[in-house]
Amino acid sequence: MSGNESIIVIGGGHNGLVCAAYLAKAGRKVTVLEAADQVGGLAATREFAPGFKASVAHLLYLLDESIAKELALESNGLKFAANDLQTIALGEDGNHIGIGSDRIEGAGLSQEDRNAYTEYRRFMAKFAAVIGALHNQIPPRITQERSDRLALGKLALKIRMLGRDDMREFLRIAGINIYDVLQENFENELLKGALSLDAVLGTFSGPRSNNSVFTALHRMSGNNGGAAGTLSVPGGGMGAVTEALAAAARSAGAVIRTGTQVARIRMDGLQVCGVELADGEVLDAATVVSNADPRATITQLLGMRQVEAGFAQKISHVRTRGYAAKLHLALDGLPDFRGLTPEQLGSRLAIAPSLDYVERAFNPCKYGEFSPKPVAEITFPTVHDPGLAPAGKHVLSAVVQYAPRDLKSGWEQGRAEFMHVVLDLLDGYAPGIRDRVVGSELLTPEDLETRFHVSGGHWHHAELSLDQFLMLRPVPKSAQYRTPVDGLYFCSAGCHPGGGVMGSAGRNAAKALLAA
Amino acid sequence: MTKKYDAIVIGAGHNGLTNGAYLAKAGLKVLMVEQNEFIGGATVSLPKYRDWKYSNCSYVCSLLRPEIYRDLDLAKYGLQVVPYGGSVTIAQNGDHIGNYVDPDVTRREVARHSERDADATVRYDRDIMRQCRFIRQFLLRTPPDPTSFKPRDLLELMYLGKEAMKLGEDLIYDTMRFYTMSITDFLNEYFENPLVRASHSGSGIIGSALGVMSPGTAYVLLHHAMGDVDGSMGAWGFARGGMGAIAQAMHDCFAEYGGETLCGSGVEQIIVRNGRAKGVALKNGNEYHADVVVSNMTLPRTFLECMDPNDLDPGFLRKVRNFKIRGSSGKLNIALDGLPDFTALRGNPELLRGDLHLIDSTERLERAYDDWKNGIWSQDPYIDMLIPSLTDPTMTPPGKHFMSVFVQYVPPKVHGKDWTDEQVQAFGQTVVNQIDEYAPGFKDLILHMEIRTPRELEDEVGLTEGNIFQGELTMDQLLFNRPLPGYAQYRGPVRGMYMCGSSTSPGGGVMAAPGANAAREILGDLRKTNVVPEGWLDD
Repeated sequence: MSGNESIIVIGGGHNGLVCAAYLAKAGRKVTVLEAADQVGGLAATREFAPGFKASVAHLLYLLDESIAKELALESNGLKFAANDLQTIALGEDGNHIGIGSDRIEGAGLSQEDRNAYTEYRRFMAKFAAVIGALHNQIPPRITQERSDRLALGKLALKIRMLGRDDMREFLRIAGINIYDVLQENFENELLKGALSLDAVLGTFSGPRSNNSVFTALHRMSGNNGGAAGTLSVPGGGMGAVTEALAAAARSAGAVIRTGTQVARIRMDGLQVCGVELADGEVLDAATVVSNADPRATITQLLGMRQVEAGFAQKISHVRTRGYAAKLHLALDGLPDFRGLTPEQLGSRLAIAPSLDYVERAFNPCKYGEFSPKPVAEITFPTVHDPGLAPAGKHVLSAVVQYAPRDLKSGWEQGRAEFMHVVLDLLDGYAPGIRDRVVGSELLTPEDLETRFHVSGGHWHHAELSLDQFLMLRPVPKSAQYRTPVDGLYFCSAGCHPGGGVMGSAGRNAAKALLAA
Repeated sequence: MTKKYDAIVIGAGHNGLTNGAYLAKAGLKVLMVEQNEFIGGATVSLPKYRDWKYSNCSYVCSLLRPEIYRDLDLAKYGLQVVPYGGSVTIAQNGDHIGNYVDPDVTRREVARHSERDADATVRYDRDIMRQCRFIRQFLLRTPPDPTSFKPRDLLELMYLGKEAMKLGEDLIYDTMRFYTMSITDFLNEYFENPLVRASHSGSGIIGSALGVMSPGTAYVLLHHAMGDVDGSMGAWGFARGGMGAIAQAMHDCFAEYGGETLCGSGVEQIIVRNGRAKGVALKNGNEYHADVVVSNMTLPRTFLECMDPNDLDPGFLRKVRNFKIRGSSGKLNIALDGLPDFTALRGNPELLRGDLHLIDSTERLERAYDDWKNGIWSQDPYIDMLIPSLTDPTMTPPGKHFMSVFVQYVPPKVHGKDWTDEQVQAFGQTVVNQIDEYAPGFKDLILHMEIRTPRELEDEVGLTEGNIFQGELTMDQLLFNRPLPGYAQYRGPVRGMYMCGSSTSPGGGVMAAPGANAAREILGDLRKTNVVPEGWLDD
């Protein structure tokens, strides 16, 4: 296809913007269509109560370094309000421990656990690097093609380079559950609980579920725009990242239309020929890149009739149900958490007091019920960036699990009940927090699906699991971002290497498209 | 008293017997030591009640490698495996779904619940069959060490790769997904009807401490499907005369090749002198010497109970302690005065001849697992019943019956504490009450009942924590990871010492592959000509 034909990118989330920016830089004529009135999707900073702002994705840890550099995000306005956030694990008894990227501190931690943690971080980081090295790669297919065999050989070599002992350990634990790995290494329940949280956040798994080691590794596999493995809070919320990406895309010549919802992808015979907007407007394009999740792209925007049965079946089997809810509280001041100083509220707070606690929280969601005692990842963005709330006021931003997309009783009535459960949970750790709440927003997976057009409200666009990773993501043979439909590409988190504000899916998709 | 042998095999279970038989066949002077008065380990039939024969541990046969069956000519030694017909899953609402020998009948039966699922069944059976065909060629091979640069390992890895590529791209992807999915997700891709799903899901968790929603359980299903009876793949059968007949045939073969067996005293310690295995010291004080010592015991039992820690590296011992061997199942062996009357099966009694499952949704099965996680036996357990006496009359007096009731989930300890006799009884009652709900009057038919929890399994046949596979079948303990990374080629950390139990690859079930593979390695080390079948010799 010739270089001057126009390309439409559906969805102005971070992957769509990254993809558009790279295509524009390569001289392609790109238009990004975003349904909402602002870019960013789940990574946009939105006002949820008068004067109070928050973003669904609230921590930055996976952003790809090369993207940050190549798209000059800094000169495009990205600033960090805080880097290398510590995690504070909150115990039910009011005790807490601090978990840094290299050390742990707090009452009741044995020397064995301290040493074990250093070793744990060492091998986990080393194993995560194996996955991280795949981020900016178009997944190989398993064929006799030279390029594929080369890529697979490289992966095998990468694993070999771990050295005999680490390679054995990697091959042993990569496919199993975090529960066993933590039990093997640590004694402290609070520590184990908090560490298991990173293995289950955003996925359909408890600590005992196999593949949860993989999700833990995936979370550690990024380089966070250069600050490897750490947690950051962008100034101005996560929206700052997507705004910077948008700026980069625009300056490269891409056109971004917000408030523009795509109704369907148009076909001319067997070839994509553009899109039709919700308001009926028709746009032509020889190539359409969808940052909507792969499943919605095919089932809703394209239509199953346009694809052959085998592919239709596979795409409908992609597991996209989300189990994480997002809570935003507008507070008239910082709540006091038992045993924590106000400064410590700048850390990431983890409510996951033990492995059994997390596992028990997980159980109900298997049956379409929410956790009566949920786990949570809590941040106070306003501690680092007061601009997100009126002077002296604060925002609590929390990921709360488990809240199944398909709640048996339905979220209509479920929302109020769950909100109550969550506030009770918070009140247990920060007595009196209720009285400080002046505004709130609870986004269930259902809300995320309807408001942000993400199937199942899953923040990875598709369950992150070994059977949906690399050349299997979103479905075999379409993991190279190119769909079976001529001119249609995927670029969303539903593709390799998955979600988290990383951008690699968008970058790889652009590479694949440009190589076509 | 001491006596010298070429090799000593510890534990006369089916793997130990297979291993011993092959070593003896190769001309070695072999001694088999067994702690119990009877041979067979968990592959056994015992007279627990009057004229009844109980297969009181393992109860069905399918995985036993046909290559070994033929190579050792077990038929000659009286082993007959009688295939039994199908299975049935009974729902609480009185409905049921039967799986018949005749595929057409089965199709009609599934269609009764869902036309769509009836079609899907064809695809499902085909896909499972493909996975079986793929895996069974590796069962009688020693796993390669992916970290080694030895030609032998590199060649084996290349062989595996070559065989995998033969599947073709699409099937490779299917296989990768199959090995990492949960049985629930896997079944959901085929079936819509909850009962149809449930009827297939049990095999994904039998013997495993995983729930149907845990990733990795699709493989466990394969582990139960990869066997065959007389070449009919996936079929299951009874050993005529009970499972003990298998051990008996193997033992007769072993004896005919000149092997000696010593029952009645367990091993106190494996003797190690300057870094070499030298023999065994029995609990009764006797010592027997040999330069080759093969343990058919579980990994933890071998190294934590029967060896001197000073003979082993602390790092190795740590790995052994981390070995996952969690009991998850229990068993009731029941002598019946007559046939139970399952309300749901009135009208087609032939279904009584196969597996009887009491389950009607994957959710119910998963909830049973939640109880296990909480340290208690399932209050609404998954039950897999069989009445072998319907197929093999030799097990009971005329008109009477033997029922084997496999139950999941049953924890190795109750809330972290050892089982009390009261709890064992309570567990038995939970199960009997469950069955009685489906078959009114069942309780009155019970003449005698043996209740086995993981405690009994460990005490009687030495299965650590009562895990029937001698170790979890999860990714970290399969192939080159089984039992431990770096020790998957049947050699222990001490020279002259080997492992041949189900703790080693390819794992549990009455398969006999570990015993045979270990024998091949031993003969190799002794520079003897190999007499053990390798690879896949099926017609």
